[in-house]
Order: sequence, then structure tokens, then C-alpha cells
Amino acid sequence: MAQAHETLLATPLADRHAALGAKIVEFAGWLMPLQYSGILEEHRAVRARAGLFDLSHMGELFVEGEEAGSGLAYALVSDPPSLAIGRAHYSMICAPDGGVIDDLIVYRLGLERFLIVANASNAAAVSDALAERLAGCRAVLDDRSLATALVAIQGPLAAEVLAPLTDVALDGLRYYSIAEGHVSGVAALVARTGYTGEDGFEVIVDVSDAVRVWDALLEAGAPRGVVPVGLGARDTLRLEAGMPLYGNELGRDATPYEAGLGRVVKLSAEGDFVGRAALERAQADGPRKRLVGLVVRGRGIARHGYPVFAGERATGVVTSGTLSPTLGEPIAMAYVAPSDAEPGTILAVGIRDQRVPAEVVALPFYRRAK
Amino acid sequence: MAPQDLRYTKDHEWVRVDGDVATIGITDYAAHQLGDIVFVELPDLGRAVTQFGAIGVVESVKAVSDLFAPVGGEVVETNGELVAKPELVNGDPLGEGWMLRVRVDDLGQLDQLLDAAAYEELTKEA
Repeated sequence: MAQAHETLLATPLADRHAALGAKIVEFAGWLMPLQYSGILEEHRAVRARAGLFDLSHMGELFVEGEEAGSGLAYALVSDPPSLAIGRAHYSMICAPDGGVIDDLIVYRLGLERFLIVANASNAAAVSDALAERLAGCRAVLDDRSLATALVAIQGPLAAEVLAPLTDVALDGLRYYSIAEGHVSGVAALVARTGYTGEDGFEVIVDVSDAVRVWDALLEAGAPRGVVPVGLGARDTLRLEAGMPLYGNELGRDATPYEAGLGRVVKLSAEGDFVGRAALERAQADGPRKRLVGLVVRGRGIARHGYPVFAGERATGVVTSGTLSPTLGEPIAMAYVAPSDAEPGTILAVGIRDQRVPAEVVALPFYRRAK
Repeated sequence: MAPQDLRYTKDHEWVRVDGDVATIGITDYAAHQLGDIVFVELPDLGRAVTQFGAIGVVESVKAVSDLFAPVGGEVVETNGELVAKPELVNGDPLGEGWMLRVRVDDLGQLDQLLDAAAYEELTKEA
């Protein structure tokens, strides 16, 4: 939470959000659009057509140099040198004790050049940790978080809206890939990544070009029903897609294994990395808790922080929950005891003074038709 | 904006009294601030509620808000339509989106509430 005396940051698209009638909230030290027309409408637009997101609050960190790859392999839990140029993977940066400092996407832009996109709330911590961990490497860290804007277009129509505006061949751009090119005439990185469970793109440009790209995408998309989408629907979209949110599902107090993200940790690779010893122990010991999906089978919505019970026994806590706009049912993610994590298990969520039945289900709640 | 014949709480409930029965809901301002309402929990019939006591919950996609009783009395009716269609609260908060009816203990309680002008002043400041 930003202190009252701190100046809140505004994205280069702040005027656009105001003109669109967005409800603006403080988020991670930034003034961000929570919603425009309404969370449900925006959510449904992304599932059915596409939505446009201003994600300029996120951190963009470039690492370049002869030892950029090996330096990142030490700094992160994944193995960035294993990425082909133009590909990306989901990763995490962990503390020496195995706790998660942030989850992030690593893109390989060139043989010796990488881009890391970090959560806004952790961008400074990631930048600091990378600077420390890359010290002594022949690699330069360039934190361009404040110099870059990120505009995402997500949804089944994303490709056909973006294609006429870019010289990047979208047909050849696979999921979790990135290419350098132009969008509406300005230099851009175009990545086929996102946080909604839909096909879509993330476009990274200089802050001075953000308005141009936003306007072009909205103008091209509006006739097809593409709408601007705020952080409110971003949260419900990612929750349906079973994607973790740092601060809810991820944090210093859970290991990647407990979050169901052990595949991200490259214990099989040879070199050392920060957190390796602790994560080896965590994997050997097995998880103390497991992240599960829940569907509430009664009246009520499970919310962040609500207790979860197995019979009379307290078994865990809800990390995120909402009424799923797509499924029309209350869905949640929760940490529970490993013995209560099997899909089909009936647990109960403490909702005010009642215990409402909830079934453990496999994640994600929503998967788009291919 | 706020209708003259209603009384209001600082927590954005409205109340309309007909005889000794008060119809209660949340204001247009509250519905707009909450955004898409997806769940409404109301008290059981026959329950005695006290003025300004918590009597239910209104949830939007994003947030949970308590519903407070503008007046004390006995719950005589709740709006069952809201179980299946909580969005009525957004669409018509003063009409079809009403929440419950209470047989009022003491009509003098109404003096504790805001009139339309005072309520409008409150929402202007917010």
C-alpha cells in the first residue's frame, strides 16, 4: 500500500481513461482504471470478442550482455538460456528461503538480450534483487518500467484487430513468443502472452507512443465490439483461467510447489540459483499445503481470507474468490491441507456465520475452445 | 436526484414508509458505487432487527458490503426476485431492486434519518 504522502504514478493513458469514464483506483502506487462500463460487461467482451487493457504499471526490465542468460539462470528459478530467441516462459524470482518475491514472464529477445515483465507491486523489489544478483556478471540491467507502456489486447478477435496495424506476422507468432516490429507505425515489442485465458497480445512501446497505439487499437476494435477493460475484469478473467495473482496465491509464505507451479523450478538444470537449496528441501519434504480450485455448492461467494473447513477441521484459507461471470457460479482458489486437495472432495467455506459446501475442482475453471 | 418522499441513512440505504411498514433498499448512488451486484443476502422473515444494525449483505463482483436497517422492527417480507436477479438492484434500486419490508417498532426512528436534501449533500461530499 502506497503511503499517503507518496505521489501516485499515472500511466500515459490516464487522459484516455478519464475520457472513457473509467472508475480510477490506486493500485501498487499507480492510478489505474478499475472498470469502464462495468466488470461483468468487460469480462464478457473479452471472452466473446476482445478487450483492451492498459498495463503500463507493470515492470519492464531489460537484461543484456554476454552473461545475461547465465546471470538470469542464477537470479530466477527457471532456465532462461534454454529459451529459443523469440520465445518466452513463465518464471519466478525467489528469496534464498524459497519464498516467492514475484512471478514474471521472461522473453528472450536476442542471443544476449532478455526482457522480464514483473508485477507492478513488485517491480522495485525485482529490480533491486536482479541488480544485486547480476552484480559481477557481464550483463547490464536496464529498468525501463517508467519509460515503457504496455497495452494488451485479449480475446478471440485480438489477432484480427491487431494484424492490420502491425508489420509483425501474427500467424507465425506462437503462444509465449515475442517479436520486434511496429504497431501503428511506432516501434513495438509484440508478445503473444496474457492473463485472461484467451488468445491475445501484449504490446510494449515507449510511453510517448502509448496513446497512439491505444487509440489505433480501440478505433480498429470498436466496430467489432472491442471495449477497454479495467483491473476489475482482469482479476475475474485470470481467476477463471486459474492463474495465480501475487499477493493472493503467491507470496513469500508459499513455495512454487505448494502453488502447483513446481514445473517452473529447474532443479534438473545444473547450476546454482538463488533459493535452490531451500526449494530442493521443499520438494523433498512435500508441500505443507496445496492450492486448489473450489466451486461453492451453496449460496454465498467465497472471498479472499475466508476460512476453509474439512468437516469440523480448519484446513485452509481462500486466496481469491468471485462469482464467475462465465460459469455463473461462485469460484475460488484456496490453500488447503494436501490431504484435502483431491478434486471431488467436498469442503466448506466459512462465509460470515455459515459454512457453505464447496467442491474441490481441477484448475482452470475456464479453458477456451482451441 | 434523491426522491423527496424517502428517508436515507449515511450508509446509503433508503426507506419508504407506508402506514407502519417500511420498504428498504440501497440508493442509486450506492448501487453505482458498488458496480455489478451479483449477490444479496437478506434476513429471515420474522426476524427482529434494530435500527442501524447489520441485516444483510450486498456483494458486487469485487466487494462485499453490509446492509444496515434504517429502522428497527420485524422483517415481514423480502424481495425473493433478488436471489435469481441481483442485477435488479443496479437496474432499478428504488423500485424492483427493493430489498425488504419491516414492520416498524417506532416511527419516531425516522427522525434519525436523512431527508433527500441532506442525503444529496452527503453524496456530493463523497
